[in-house]
Amino acid sequence: MILVIAEQREGQLNRASWEAIAAAQQAGGPVKIAVLGAGVAAAATELAVADAAEIVTVEAPALEDYTADGYVQALSALVGAESPTHVFFPHTYQTRDFAPALAARLQRALITDVTAIKKQGDGLVYVRPVFQGKLNADVSAEGPAPHLITCQIGAFRADAAARGASAAAVRKAAIDVDASAIRQKPEAPFKEAKQAVDLSQAERIVAVGRGIKGQEHLQLVEKLAQAIGAEIAASRPICDSGWLPMDRQIGSSGQTVAPKLYVALGISGAIQHLVGMKGSRTIVAINKDPEAPIFEIADFGITGDLFEVVPALIAELSK
Amino acid sequence: MKIAVCIKQVVTREWQLRVNDSKSWIRDQDASFELNEPDAYALEEALRLKEKHGGEVVVCSAGPARAAQVLREALARGADRAIHVESEPLASADAFVIADVLAAAVRDEKFDLVLTGLQSDDQGFGQVGVVLAEKLGMPHATIIMEVQVTGPTMRVKRELEGGWFQWMTLPLPALLTIQSGINQLRYATLKGIMAAKKKEIRKVAPSASTAQAQKILSVYFPEKGKKTQMLPGSPAEAARALVQKLRDEVRVIS
Repeated sequence: MILVIAEQREGQLNRASWEAIAAAQQAGGPVKIAVLGAGVAAAATELAVADAAEIVTVEAPALEDYTADGYVQALSALVGAESPTHVFFPHTYQTRDFAPALAARLQRALITDVTAIKKQGDGLVYVRPVFQGKLNADVSAEGPAPHLITCQIGAFRADAAARGASAAAVRKAAIDVDASAIRQKPEAPFKEAKQAVDLSQAERIVAVGRGIKGQEHLQLVEKLAQAIGAEIAASRPICDSGWLPMDRQIGSSGQTVAPKLYVALGISGAIQHLVGMKGSRTIVAINKDPEAPIFEIADFGITGDLFEVVPALIAELSK
Repeated sequence: MKIAVCIKQVVTREWQLRVNDSKSWIRDQDASFELNEPDAYALEEALRLKEKHGGEVVVCSAGPARAAQVLREALARGADRAIHVESEPLASADAFVIADVLAAAVRDEKFDLVLTGLQSDDQGFGQVGVVLAEKLGMPHATIIMEVQVTGPTMRVKRELEGGWFQWMTLPLPALLTIQSGINQLRYATLKGIMAAKKKEIRKVAPSASTAQAQKILSVYFPEKGKKTQMLPGSPAEAARALVQKLRDEVRVIS
């Protein structure tokens, strides 16, 4: 049995939970889905449409706000009680915060950021990106079950999750969480007030990455953006360097966009960036490295020096 | 404050990756190496905390002999001393193995704060820091964008997804994984490089061997999923072809 840990905040399911459910169903065998928190009945009902043996809720006042200590405590008890062969999670920031501690406490293997699962003999082989997505690795989980698996966001299709013929039964697990053992004291999540730019509405985006080399070269990018009527955006390192404001950042920690046209200049295509833009309708990549992962998802690619290609593009557009 | 910073040496981004003959890892004999980028931000944060609160910054790395390069660089940037858990197989070891040998190496030092980068640019597990916290019995918080130390507790700003953040308080000693961009990096000065030559790098052998929790069966270049049309020729030719496609074929620009 594969146990999938769904993620919710204030009762709202994180959509990536359905991706983890789809992955678990593809891996084979019966699937149970667990959801943790305080007041998760509605989320459990929502999950019950999935083709699953059972929905298990872990309800405790101490789980109202997410904390790593609370989740590790609750999940180590749940995994002990349910004895799954595998535990699947969506590879969200929240999972990244607690899953390694849970694996260490259970002394069980944890494979992170899995993009595909292959069956081999009676075991599973997991595909995960290494070297910023430039290479893939096939890995096996070693040691006794359960093995813990986190599914990369966007790698499995949420709409591929099979629905059941009738609603799955919902059961409340008898697990208490000791609030006094939780060392992290969280405050309410917030958004930075200066978040002024909404790139999700842009029809065209020109995004720039490390290949731009220096802030002084951004003028070139601005000219191209003007020529095609696009908003300017960037990958994380450009915003980290302070060359463009943080609200121009595309990727897992920034904005998610799906414009009609996305032009990636000097962006290698690390997964953290790709998750924020791979839904774009037409993707153009210009990069000097022919092996850059951005070319895997591009519709049109030019291998070359952006300092030569971009001026040529601007000249061509003015014709 | 006594602060440990765990750092990793990785191949440079510019290096053209090559897979070894057995396809088990990369062929890195002729690679160039650098400090893993998120770890550079963790080091910078530790140096800033020391400047504010006093104390000591100790850099630790678990890796082959060549990893001494990034320890030396960290000393040049201002770390006080270094611990190198040295062994060749650590170059491609999994997160449990690395966390185990680091835990054994730092446990007796009684650090107030342990910092790591949020993940490495090569294996990208995103696990070592959090597993290390569990092994050291410390509370942890991940993907941190600001650190405020106030006596026995600490208030940290966690990055959530999609532009959200959250403040969190936790008691010391604790472990934090640091996000890139938390601060602006400093680079080593000539004076720093000279001073680093006199600083200690203590070499330790890895603690009793831990079993790998995951095994790499093979590494390979990903197949292109989507049909990418590569536009060849000179920059002018490629630009002309691209503008024609965008105007006439997909009609996304006018």
